Amino acid sequence: MKILAFAEQRNSQFKKVAFEAVKAARTLADKLNADVVAVVIGNSVASIAGQLGGYGATKVIVAEDPRLEFYSTTAYAKIIAEIAKQESADIIFLPASSMGKDVAPRIAVKLNAGIASDCTALTVDGGTIKATRPVYAGKGMIDVNIKTSIKIFTLRPNVFTAGNSNGASASIENKKVELSDADFIVSVKEVKTASGKKDVSEADIIVSGGRGLKAPENFKMIEDLAASLGAAVGASRAVVDAGWRPHDEQVGQTGKTVSPTLYVAVAISGAVQHLAGMSSSKYIVAINKDKDAPIFSVADYGIVGDAFEVVPALTAEVTKLHGK
Amino acid sequence: MKILVFVNHVPDTETKVKVGADGKLIDPTGVNFMLNPYDELAVEEALRTREKFTGEVVVASLGGDSNKETLRKSLAMGCDKAVLLKDASVRDSFAVAGALADYAKEYGAEIIFFGKQSIDYDGAQVGGLVAEMLGLPSVSVVVKLEIKDGNIVAEREIEGGHEIVHTKLPAVIIAQKGLNDPRYPSLKGIMDAKRKPIEEKTIAAVESRVEVVEMRKPAAKAQGKIIGTDASAAAELVRLLHEEAKVI
Ligand SMILES: Cc1cc2nc3c(=O)[nH]c(=O)nc-3n(C[C@H](O)[C@H](O)[C@H](O)COP(=O)(O)OP(=O)(O)OC[C@H]3O[C@@H](n4cnc5c(N)ncnc54)[C@H](O)[C@@H]3O)c2cc1C
Ligand SMILES: Nc1ncnc2c1ncn2[C@@H]1O[C@H](COP(=O)(O)O)[C@@H](O)[C@H]1O
Repeated sequence: MKILAFAEQRNSQFKKVAFEAVKAARTLADKLNADVVAVVIGNSVASIAGQLGGYGATKVIVAEDPRLEFYSTTAYAKIIAEIAKQESADIIFLPASSMGKDVAPRIAVKLNAGIASDCTALTVDGGTIKATRPVYAGKGMIDVNIKTSIKIFTLRPNVFTAGNSNGASASIENKKVELSDADFIVSVKEVKTASGKKDVSEADIIVSGGRGLKAPENFKMIEDLAASLGAAVGASRAVVDAGWRPHDEQVGQTGKTVSPTLYVAVAISGAVQHLAGMSSSKYIVAINKDKDAPIFSVADYGIVGDAFEVVPALTAEVTKLHGK
Repeated sequence: MKILVFVNHVPDTETKVKVGADGKLIDPTGVNFMLNPYDELAVEEALRTREKFTGEVVVASLGGDSNKETLRKSLAMGCDKAVLLKDASVRDSFAVAGALADYAKEYGAEIIFFGKQSIDYDGAQVGGLVAEMLGLPSVSVVVKLEIKDGNIVAEREIEGGHEIVHTKLPAVIIAQKGLNDPRYPSLKGIMDAKRKPIEEKTIAAVESRVEVVEMRKPAAKAQGKIIGTDASAAAELVRLLHEEAKVI
């Protein structure tokens, strides 16, 4: 048996989800007595490929091409499917990231495979792999069984923790995939990043603000607390709809689903649509002046008080802690 | 332009999930269904595309008779024609995509709009599956779209930024929040929608590739701790996060 793990990189640096995919593949492979082969695609990425050995890959296949400086849906799908065929892979792991979710369906069609998306757990039960995934934005969980012989799983970021590299090495193989212009019919020409801004979908800690903050300028307080914690700033839909914060910060059923280690909800009531996007966070802190706000029902720690007093005090305490 | 938009009919976002008697699906009693929120963005973008290039917008949904409600809403927003791909059985993303791809081919769409994901099963697969089945280019999680002389420049959302993607018509566009602000149906739109017929098509059965073994509610969370009622609680909260939870 063989598990292929797609190791996402941007700018010749692995994303955290790359290590998560390889490590999750290793964990499953140990139960199935399988091999783990990692795949890296990009322009000049051979030099980083070796890192994946430390997370459990025995072999890393590198597909390089100058036209692969940026992501291309069509070229990536072709490369991954071709490598999967060459390796006779039984299982393919991709992150449930923007890239992974984009390319996975295409690979599935090419390989006649079924997909379980956004998995949060994988177990082996009498030789069958059972994938657990949240549905209804986490209000329900389902266990699914993929019936096709090739199975694709996309893994929710931040759930399958990679831990540290154990320093092991892997063999590196270069794969030449013939790519024509037609394979680049969909291609990224430019990447715009909000400089220095952490994204909620990748952050370990998130500080989110809601309508109780009363005005957009009061988010300064949220940004300060986030900065002291090294956190990303999130928002409820109410403040996004009001134009106080950009769409990409919205957490919830119609925003982003997040699973950080710590989620701090400030002046957010905790409507079911908001809870849907963040209730799987490992620790939740709620700051709200209404003791009956539903957000407290999911919080591990709460302060029933005025955000305008509590948040600056919290920032000061965190700064004090980190200063020591 | 021949514009096609696929919409799903899903439990509304307020729904409290109750597992049904079969232990695999939700209990639909008392659940309100609505046009999938991401598909509302897809409908809006389809209408804007028609306003720019002329042509017609066909809206299609696969499901039982109740999906007509969502098709009517789409007609009320301004779609020209609605099609129900009739099948009330349970299908996985792959089986849904197969039927949608067949219809898209039959219709000969030049651009097909989808939503990012259905908010019931949160699969986020169908748009990409259909594109690959039809051999069409696709851009997913699109927050900005420009079409000119058959060329497409789209912005898609990635972690911490956006990608500028180039491609060509015919293509599949998968909408993400931020792409537009969907219009409300006008009174006239609602009246007109009541009169417009909904075409029904029977579709071939396709085998699902993924089966649900069990559905359950997520494990309930233990009651949290209220640490205090004013700023003086901040120090204790930071101590707990540092020493007890060990997350900062
Ligand atoms: C189809 C649909 C999809 C939706 N999707 C989402 C989604 O993805 N994400 C999302 O967030 N919402 C979503 N919603 C909206 C959701 O229902 C709520 O309206 C929204 O989450 C409320 O935002 P809020 O908590 O910031 O505001 P409010 O509900 O107005 O709550 C403000 C809170 O601030 C508290 N407060 C006020 N002043 C202070 C103070 N000085 N100090 C401390 N606390 C204070 C109040 O006690 C209150 O609890 C959706 C709704 C629908 C219908
Ligand atoms: N039954 C359906 N009928 C029509 N369109 C659908 C259906 N299911 C999914 N879609 C479309 O595919 C998108 C992605 O769905 P999913 O992969 O189920 O999350 C949705 O936003 C819809 O645009």
